[in-house]
Amino acid sequence: MKIKFKLNGEYVEFDAYPGESLFELLRRNGHTEVKGNNCKTGECGACTVLLDGVPVPSCTILAGRVKDRSVITIKGIGDMEKPHPLQKSFVEEGAVQCGYCIPGIILSMKALLDENPDPTREDIKKALSGHLCRCTGYVQQIEAVEKAIKLLKEEENV
Amino acid sequence: MSKKEELKVVGDSVEKYDGLALATGQPLFTDDINLPDMIHAKLLTSPFPHAEIIDIDTTEAEKLPGVKIVLTYKNTPRIPHTTAGQGYPEPSPYDAFIFDRKVRFVGDRVAAVGAETPEIAEEALKLIKVKYKNLPSVFDPEEAMKEGAPVIHDEDESTGIYNKERNIVSHVEIEIGDVDKAIKNADFKIEGYYTKTQYAQHVPMETHVTITYLDENNRLVIRSATQVPFHVRRIISQILGISINNIRVVKPRIGGGFGTKQEIVLEDICALMTLRTKRPVRMEYTRREEFVSARTRHPSKIYIRLGADSSGILTGIDMKVVLNTGAYGTHGPTVLFNVGSKSLPIYNKAKNVRFVGDAVYTNLPIAGAYRGYGATQAYFALETAIDELSEKMGIDPVEFRKRNHIKEGETSPIFEKLGEGREGIPQIIESCALDKCIEIGKKEIEWDRWRNKKVKKGSYIRGVGMAILMQGSGIPLIDMASCEIRMNDDGSFQLFAGATDIGTGSDTVLAQIAAEELKTDYRNFFVYSSDTDFTPFDTGAYASSTTYISGGAVLKAAKDLKTKIINYAAKLLKEDPDNLYIMDSTVISKKSGKSITYKEIGLKSYYEEKQEHLIGVGSHVSPKSPPPFAAHFVLVDVDTETGKIIPVKYVAVIDAGVVIHPKLARGQAMGAIVNGLGYALTEELKFTRTGSSTNPTFFDYKIFTSLDLPEIVVKFVPTYEPTGPFGAKSVAEVNINGALPSISNAVYDAVGIRLKEAPFTPERVFKLLKERV
Repeated sequence: MKIKFKLNGEYVEFDAYPGESLFELLRRNGHTEVKGNNCKTGECGACTVLLDGVPVPSCTILAGRVKDRSVITIKGIGDMEKPHPLQKSFVEEGAVQCGYCIPGIILSMKALLDENPDPTREDIKKALSGHLCRCTGYVQQIEAVEKAIKLLKEEENV
Repeated sequence: MSKKEELKVVGDSVEKYDGLALATGQPLFTDDINLPDMIHAKLLTSPFPHAEIIDIDTTEAEKLPGVKIVLTYKNTPRIPHTTAGQGYPEPSPYDAFIFDRKVRFVGDRVAAVGAETPEIAEEALKLIKVKYKNLPSVFDPEEAMKEGAPVIHDEDESTGIYNKERNIVSHVEIEIGDVDKAIKNADFKIEGYYTKTQYAQHVPMETHVTITYLDENNRLVIRSATQVPFHVRRIISQILGISINNIRVVKPRIGGGFGTKQEIVLEDICALMTLRTKRPVRMEYTRREEFVSARTRHPSKIYIRLGADSSGILTGIDMKVVLNTGAYGTHGPTVLFNVGSKSLPIYNKAKNVRFVGDAVYTNLPIAGAYRGYGATQAYFALETAIDELSEKMGIDPVEFRKRNHIKEGETSPIFEKLGEGREGIPQIIESCALDKCIEIGKKEIEWDRWRNKKVKKGSYIRGVGMAILMQGSGIPLIDMASCEIRMNDDGSFQLFAGATDIGTGSDTVLAQIAAEELKTDYRNFFVYSSDTDFTPFDTGAYASSTTYISGGAVLKAAKDLKTKIINYAAKLLKEDPDNLYIMDSTVISKKSGKSITYKEIGLKSYYEEKQEHLIGVGSHVSPKSPPPFAAHFVLVDVDTETGKIIPVKYVAVIDAGVVIHPKLARGQAMGAIVNGLGYALTEELKFTRTGSSTNPTFFDYKIFTSLDLPEIVVKFVPTYEPTGPFGAKSVAEVNINGALPSISNAVYDAVGIRLKEAPFTPERVFKLLKERV
């Protein structure tokens, strides 16, 4: 089944297998920036993408459901040459250890900041709570989000 | 006693090398490549805890279109080995086979299918007919040790098992002084005390995953999520009979390890399939498979007796431990010894110490290496019993610990008595700031404000507790690391290290060490680590060894290269090397003031004058394993209506020697603390009466999320460890050991119940609260 959707701002058309998850579809088509192991229940949040701006674990979404919609992966918000302030602050604050959960987390934080540019620490914790990370204990990730908020405001003021 | 050096790179939280690549989703992990013609492998596992396989019929599975290979005990070599990635000869018994005629736990290997797609492989598993003969099973290690219990490893080929008939993998018994007499004569004593810990798992976000293929010369390449590439290479060579030079193990970025990847888990199956089909093979555990078939922390039961004299000095410690090592003995003997060796020396004032222990097989999942490695279990028993003893004596537990803990310049006979499954190596502690750690932590948690106050708020009562801890830094005279640093033609460097960065940031830390010694920017290094074809040997990422041991090798290589650079520059500048020193990537003569930059040296040495490739090499073993120390404090609220424990504030004050990268070190501590909190409060793998896992998902096996966090304060007290690179010790493991005892002690302070069984679930706490009344 051919599925056309917007991926990181550009239309793509992929062939999906019956019952295939968005996670599988993306990875099979070279989008290995989406990490995770296809549990299909959204247990850990690593495979999170933004679907029409809303963070969802891509393993829980049937590929067919993204037809004509917008999917953003971590590549859609920044790259090594021009990283998003969240990506920068995560690295600077030591919030990236093994890094496996990080693309998903950063996307959820991006969605949070898009909706609420001034979240409290509790808001950040809530937005982070769908993501499991075994390396960092989350603290430096929360601090990284707070730093990114500052960076984003500075960018705005420039 | 801190030796002051002017350090530029060490101590600076430079940007982690792979940080941005990871944060932008680059294809760095094992599974992020897709090779043409890849075969996907799936495992058929045992539904029974203990059974003989009478027969396996794979005919139908093999007939299924798309199935390329089926492996069972019938068509695989049966070479006894251990899956533990340890130095050779491994202390672990050789009790595992690629496949066996017997299954020993629910989740044990029965067969593996390789097919064109994972779905076909899955389908084929259903077509394999297995005839089992059920055998009596045993799940409690103390039952398993009794005469007449089912024998789990009755096969003749297995070696290194202490007592097969009694299911005992390893037994230890040491005594210093006369413990019975000391405790009998003690003014104060604790007897009949024990703690119990549960089955728990590492759960790295990346499960076990391996991809194997043949290179253009038909050599076997193993790309794997492993902490021990060189051990994988050696074990694969051992069990598949391929010479080491025909195996390449590549470790890409790893999605967390925590010990579970200090093993060969999927590598042997993938390798064998690749050798037979000549095609790439991929195998990845699903989360469920990871929970059921991967590795766990050894559940423990630890009996402890303590004696102290009227002045508040410990006179005797008697520790007896039973570890459940599950169906296979991987890491059993070493975790067992570490229960004693990593805990008992901290109370070196006790002149009489006994340590007796057994690691025992049961028909439950395989226990292996897990961050803390026995010390986690030990400190629960030791530090809660110490709390109880202080209470009995009417001494503040902080004060009691200060009187009794080990100090700089001191030793413990335990270092010599207990090693890695055998005798150890004596050492004197050359850096220890435990006193300061305790003082700072006590102040930060406001000990005197909360202790014994039982402050109430609604149904909650507040309590404060603490524990002191130590670990090690590598395994003395066993762990070896090596490094090679080459100068490039523009004066930058390639750093090749066997060391295995599993997400810790060790590549960055190693470059900092090299940059500091070579007086250059850490960004002048390209670090390439853990590829057995290209990097020199390293035992791997375990036993808190990387900064200390691998860092030691890097420092040696940097020193070697520094000498070579200076000697080369001396020839060019026509100066005596003794007059030369380096600064800011430049060799300078203190006599003539002449200088030459690394950039100039690089180009000249490659192409122009007195050509020589400037390469520094170093390998390192240490006769010591200097312990990092820590004092942990926790403030908890106990809900007397529900039994729920809420950790409010957690303070860890750590002596890790000179901290090379403060942010990464803090992250190591934070991660370990939160992992420890989950282990103490929520995490437990549970089983049915027939040994099946009942909660193999993250929904039912609850690890901490951001919403469960207390306020966490991590502080470092700098010391200088003379045997470590630039004074560094380890930091990775020690901080996972504090949550269990400090929370248990805090709950006692709040509500007067002694939690001796983990995890501290509301049910358990509530039951004890009711019994108390």
